[in-house]
Amino acid sequence: MAKKRMVQAINEGIAEEMQRDPRIILFGEDVHISPIGDTRGLIDRFGPSRVINTPISETVMTGMAVGAAATGSRVICHLFYGNFIYTGFDAIANQAAKLRYMLGGQVKLPILFMAMIGGGRSVAAQHSDSMHPILANLGGLNIAMPATPYDAKGMIKAALRADSPTFFLQAAGRGGEAGEVPEEDYILPLGQAAELRKGDAVTIVAIGSMVKPALRACDELAKQGIGATLIDPRTVVPMDYETILRSVAQTGRLVIVDEARKTCSMASEIAATVVERAFASLKAPIRRVAVEDVAMPYSPVLEKAVLPDAARIVAAVRDVVQVEGATND
Amino acid sequence: MTSAKTLSATPGEAPPESLPFSVDTLLDLYSRMLRIRLVEERLAQVQSEGELPGPVHLYIGQEAVAVGVCAHLTDTDWIASTHRGHGHFLAKSRETPKLVAEVYGRATGVCGGKGGSMHVADVSKGILGANGIVGGGIALATGAALTAKTHGSGAVSVGFFGDGAANQGVLMEALNVAALWKLPLVLVCENNGFSEFSPSETVTAGEIWKRGTPMGIPSRPVDGNDIVAVYRAAGEAVERARRGDGASLLEMRTYRLRGHVEAEKTFLAKTYRTEEEVEARRAQEPLLRARSLLRDCGVNDAAFAAVEAREGAEVDAAFEYAAASPWPDVSTAFQDMFA
Repeated sequence: MAKKRMVQAINEGIAEEMQRDPRIILFGEDVHISPIGDTRGLIDRFGPSRVINTPISETVMTGMAVGAAATGSRVICHLFYGNFIYTGFDAIANQAAKLRYMLGGQVKLPILFMAMIGGGRSVAAQHSDSMHPILANLGGLNIAMPATPYDAKGMIKAALRADSPTFFLQAAGRGGEAGEVPEEDYILPLGQAAELRKGDAVTIVAIGSMVKPALRACDELAKQGIGATLIDPRTVVPMDYETILRSVAQTGRLVIVDEARKTCSMASEIAATVVERAFASLKAPIRRVAVEDVAMPYSPVLEKAVLPDAARIVAAVRDVVQVEGATND
Repeated sequence: MTSAKTLSATPGEAPPESLPFSVDTLLDLYSRMLRIRLVEERLAQVQSEGELPGPVHLYIGQEAVAVGVCAHLTDTDWIASTHRGHGHFLAKSRETPKLVAEVYGRATGVCGGKGGSMHVADVSKGILGANGIVGGGIALATGAALTAKTHGSGAVSVGFFGDGAANQGVLMEALNVAALWKLPLVLVCENNGFSEFSPSETVTAGEIWKRGTPMGIPSRPVDGNDIVAVYRAAGEAVERARRGDGASLLEMRTYRLRGHVEAEKTFLAKTYRTEEEVEARRAQEPLLRARSLLRDCGVNDAAFAAVEAREGAEVDAAFEYAAASPWPDVSTAFQDMFA
């Protein structure tokens, strides 16, 4: 396998699918010049009728995506920074997530909404949100959050063959990270978690951008003699609860790492589900490592204090491991 | 739309106007308008009797717009509509029983009872649906036009919206891309005088049709209660879109004879218009004017009676069908979020 950067993997996935399926069109702001590189060169291969530069008009873009998808196009709507999802939120929440339902299944809405989310780059509060829990709450949207180039390519190709709206949320500023990507055609179905580390003491679920610090945390914990299982759900809708529950049944302890703000985060949702479905197997309280309920600050010193990192994950794990014996285990 | 007949639009008034279609076509258009009127009147009645589970926003007084525009469209053309959307549905689809059953919330409704009045849609007939979001249909229609343009289908897309929706920012964004990309789109604003419970002039600056001209979009006001004027203006706009020459904006000036929503007087503390105003406007309503035109063309009482009997029977049957239809199976409440 060859090493490829995240943006290359995404770019290749889109190009292969556009080549395969002439119904796919792509539109968004600056998708021709593609400042982050994920759509670079597609204009040359597929032309301006299928790769369309839009004005900065998220309100009409998201609604247009729904109208185009309902009438036979397969749409990639590139929204650039995740926070611009809010600007185009009306048609996402009121049309994309509901139109098929309201119409009793009369339409399919094959839409891929792309955006980069999360902090860590000193672009402050309006360019750093992680809004996947808000989108998940709408109920009719798949949400893919790739942590590796391999996953990114496999999932974007799966999303482009799906008939439902899918958000593809890549961690901002991480497009240059390289990973193994096979040359041959492959698909990674949505809803399949990956088990990245295997250990008996604790289960760590890390979402999207949090997989990388969680891997570092696992290495550190191993040095301390604490074996952790690390699960990357890869999609938060659908969520592969079976893999999480199976692991918790073995370890009895769960730490969830999410870059969303803690209140109503995916971490909260996973914790609630595990308590409902596997309370008896828990040996310790579940811990959420998430962003406190503040906006993302600008100064790198402040931002570092807000974002979950390996040290916070290690501390949370040590906490739940040490409370063993205090429960009715 | 070939046989031109000379007649006067209003008896005794000169100059005479030539019809852009045969008298038979005019009678067909009138029948469609009458169908909508009869459905809406019956919905008002059953709503007042407590037969409907949800609110209805009736189209009475605006029938010429939907019928005159949709007369130019085929099943492969698209429309996106508004919360006041029964008329657009009935102008493009013959599925009256399924529309009424949907408003009744029944399993046989066109959306299986999951959409109701504000979401009636018949996608097989090119209807993307009524829409509960004011201005929601504008972007959907723009997207349908983008599909048509990109894939060269030759389809035309029509976005209906009200004067209230004209104040949503999405209109400016849609006009911009429609002009920029020469989309096969016709934006039809139905200015019915009221933005929900507020007279238009209290919430809308300037004239709505003029909002298209700075973008280079052919835009004009139209007498929306005159089926002939609507038919003509829509015909030009649809043809222009079909030729690949781009979008148009039409402001259909009409008048909402019913309230924003049925039974609104039960919760409004005061009125926002006088009965005298409504009565004065009733004299200009589109069915009355179409009947007058048809009489001038020699259509006699027997012919009107035949149309009324036929449409009345269709509508009676649709309401009987709806009322007798079963409620949806509750399992369907958990289906159709994903394809």
